Amino acid sequence: MDMKRFDMEEIDIAWCPGCGNFAILNALKQALYELEVKPEKLVVVSGIGQAAKAPHYYRCNLFNGLHGRSLPVATAIKAANPELVVIDESGDGCMYGEGGNHFIHGIRRNPDITNIVHNNMVYGLTKGQASPTSLQGFKTPVQRNGVFQEAFNPIALAISLGASFVARAFAGDTSQTKKMIKKAISHKGYALVDILQPCVTYNKLNTYQWFKANTYYLDTSHDPYDRMEAFKKASEMEKLPLGVFYLNPKPAFEERWSVYQGSRDPLYTRTPDLTKLSEWIDSKRGM
Amino acid sequence: MKDHVLSRFQEDVSIVLCGKAGQGIQTVEHMLTQTLKLSGYHVFSTQEYMSRIRGGTNSTLIRVSSNRVSAPVNRIDLLIPFSPGAVSHVRKRISTETILLGEKKAYGDEYQEEKAIDVPLSEIASEVGGPIYSNTVAVALLAGLLKVERGVLDQYLRHHFAGKDETIIQKNLEAARRGYEVSNELTRSGRLQIDLIKHTEIKDEILIDGVEALAMGAIAGGCNFLSFYPMSPSTAVAVLLAEHSKEFGIIVEQAEDEISAMNMGIGAWYAGARGLASTSGGGFALMVEGLSLAGMIESPMVVHIGQRPGPATGLPTRTEQGELLFALYAGHGEFPRIILAPGTIEDCFYLAQKAFNLADQYQVPVFILTDQYLLESHYNIPSLDLERTPLMKHFVETKRGYKRYQLTEAGLSPRGIPGFGEGLVVLDSDEHDEEGHITEDLDLRIKMVNKRLKKLDLLMKDVLPPVFVGPENYEILIVGWGSTYHAIREALERLGTKDVAFLHFKQVYPLHPNTLTHLKKAKKTVIVENNGTAQFGRLIRLETGFNMDREILKYNGLPFSVEELGERLKSILE
Repeated sequence: MDMKRFDMEEIDIAWCPGCGNFAILNALKQALYELEVKPEKLVVVSGIGQAAKAPHYYRCNLFNGLHGRSLPVATAIKAANPELVVIDESGDGCMYGEGGNHFIHGIRRNPDITNIVHNNMVYGLTKGQASPTSLQGFKTPVQRNGVFQEAFNPIALAISLGASFVARAFAGDTSQTKKMIKKAISHKGYALVDILQPCVTYNKLNTYQWFKANTYYLDTSHDPYDRMEAFKKASEMEKLPLGVFYLNPKPAFEERWSVYQGSRDPLYTRTPDLTKLSEWIDSKRGM
Repeated sequence: MKDHVLSRFQEDVSIVLCGKAGQGIQTVEHMLTQTLKLSGYHVFSTQEYMSRIRGGTNSTLIRVSSNRVSAPVNRIDLLIPFSPGAVSHVRKRISTETILLGEKKAYGDEYQEEKAIDVPLSEIASEVGGPIYSNTVAVALLAGLLKVERGVLDQYLRHHFAGKDETIIQKNLEAARRGYEVSNELTRSGRLQIDLIKHTEIKDEILIDGVEALAMGAIAGGCNFLSFYPMSPSTAVAVLLAEHSKEFGIIVEQAEDEISAMNMGIGAWYAGARGLASTSGGGFALMVEGLSLAGMIESPMVVHIGQRPGPATGLPTRTEQGELLFALYAGHGEFPRIILAPGTIEDCFYLAQKAFNLADQYQVPVFILTDQYLLESHYNIPSLDLERTPLMKHFVETKRGYKRYQLTEAGLSPRGIPGFGEGLVVLDSDEHDEEGHITEDLDLRIKMVNKRLKKLDLLMKDVLPPVFVGPENYEILIVGWGSTYHAIREALERLGTKDVAFLHFKQVYPLHPNTLTHLKKAKKTVIVENNGTAQFGRLIRLETGFNMDREILKYNGLPFSVEELGERLKSILE
């Protein structure tokens, strides 16, 4: 296995120096390498925003679609070809704001995909407005007196919807982040990895130091199969817990379709059964 | 009963069933049209109904004829009221020739005595076994009047109720016998004479509606992924494909909204499936963002819009041809597309099938514009030919170094799909380079725009020519598109004018290159559309510079009837 298989030859990375995205990119590449994923069998779907550019910086099949719309695309790709490893990678604005409805229903569908959300609690590419996960009181050029809404809690929402895998990581800890991504990719079913990361340009509140001081890892006493316990942990806001909150194994979206009950072949290999169609048409003669 | 002859009908009978939603009118329509076809008559049926689950007043028109009929008429020969209010609902269509056949309690004092024949349908049904049998009594009554052989109806009933308890079958046969008794009495007394010609070959024809033809066409076209959000009148397509999803290997997913439905369809195409999104105008409004994505990433996509009157919620269960220019202009940015508009049930099949090949070949979104009227109209057609349009898959196996947007001499970049070959398939909704990665190289931008727009030239070679009906040397040319085909055609046949021709478009964009030649030959041109602004007339002007002389428009939510169109054409032709 070539360690460099995910590296691009020459790329001009559009991220600010010191951005948390770099750490996530490294953790993800290492996770993919260690899981022996082949780039040709990997599809990464993303939306719009600085985080959504990530898949341009490693070798993969890539669908960089519309803002907020990555989950329906990722779900359909996995359904059309279950042989592919599908990752949906985008930012907090894309996934929890513009794509909020798809986030809810994507979880309910439970496709076997990994949803990596770069969560820096601010809109970077549009220059510093509040995001759904911005903390109350966070001041921006638009929210001049500070954000007054409750911050969106993706972990609690995902658990409430019975998501099959829910984890939170911190980009400042590449080793733990990599481990969580590996678990998520290996998990069968929808896996959310919300990754806290600083935005060095527009978020002066939630810095590396802030995250270090305001997070802690769930220890082995946490039972990820206990939904109420997971929900309690997800509701902690004083110090944000990190780790796998919740596991809820269940059949994946694509496994439920009758099209895969006889054969696992991807849809692109198939042609319609014209004999059956002919029979159906003939039945319209009446008797 | 009085004994004088009330009426005689020859060649063509128009039956209208009218009552509340939930009374089983659709069941009567289905059973009757099947039986009539099986006994050798041409049949056509269509419905108009309110946006509610129970109650209201709805009507179904059934035409039975010695000749092929495929368009609605205004005229009512036999009116079958199922509930009070039925007569006033269709009052404008009732003439002195209209015979009312049904229960006194359903028409009461609303109707003049001598034209009404009181048939105690529910009384008979109760004697047979309960009100549930009144539908079969009604079917048998009409079948008897139309001289359907008893054996044909009995055999049909056994087939229709197959699998049910034998007593239920027997009671339905008894209900049929009682219905025939009434019809025999009416025929014998000479009060009602219906003489139509049967054609043996019709027994073998198929009887389907637009929804079925469209769904069958989609399957023949290789559709194996449908994403939708319920919206009248398009939902029936999804319901039918869901019903047959196991048999034909189709994933049918009800999305959380149309935004998702569209993006799912595009995702499915990316992975090599053949995706369809089925919706109506309001749902398509939400799909517009995704449509633009398909334009940018050069994704094939097939979108079915079952049109209904807008704006906004409009008239949810009615018909209109109001989304043509919306489909034409939908989506931010500039990119080519194809818009098909079936005019017949056969078109619904063949165009749905073709749409998937076209989308795949040219990597463009393809629209199928139908409407409530076309989707929910049934008539008999000889058959559907599965061999006519072979399924052509246009994606390629990729090699290492594959570039999704390679600039080629021919204009189209070979489309790879992920996991098939050694290459990587990279797409971006941003402007992109040949590989598919984001670029802000403005010279490359020009090349990519040109590449996308050039596809419009390429797909011109597959544009369907308009259908020309009438004399080669015409003075007046009537132009229509989509679902108005049969109504215009029959109206013109009835007028019998020698110098009038009809040009029907089933592909409305891009326009066939011969369009202008046809138009210029006429001294006078008339556009006929089921909308308020002559959208196709505008499209013609936009594309060719040609101004249509006159417009015949209708936008009350109902399709054109043959008579209405005939009168409006006559006033223009004179």
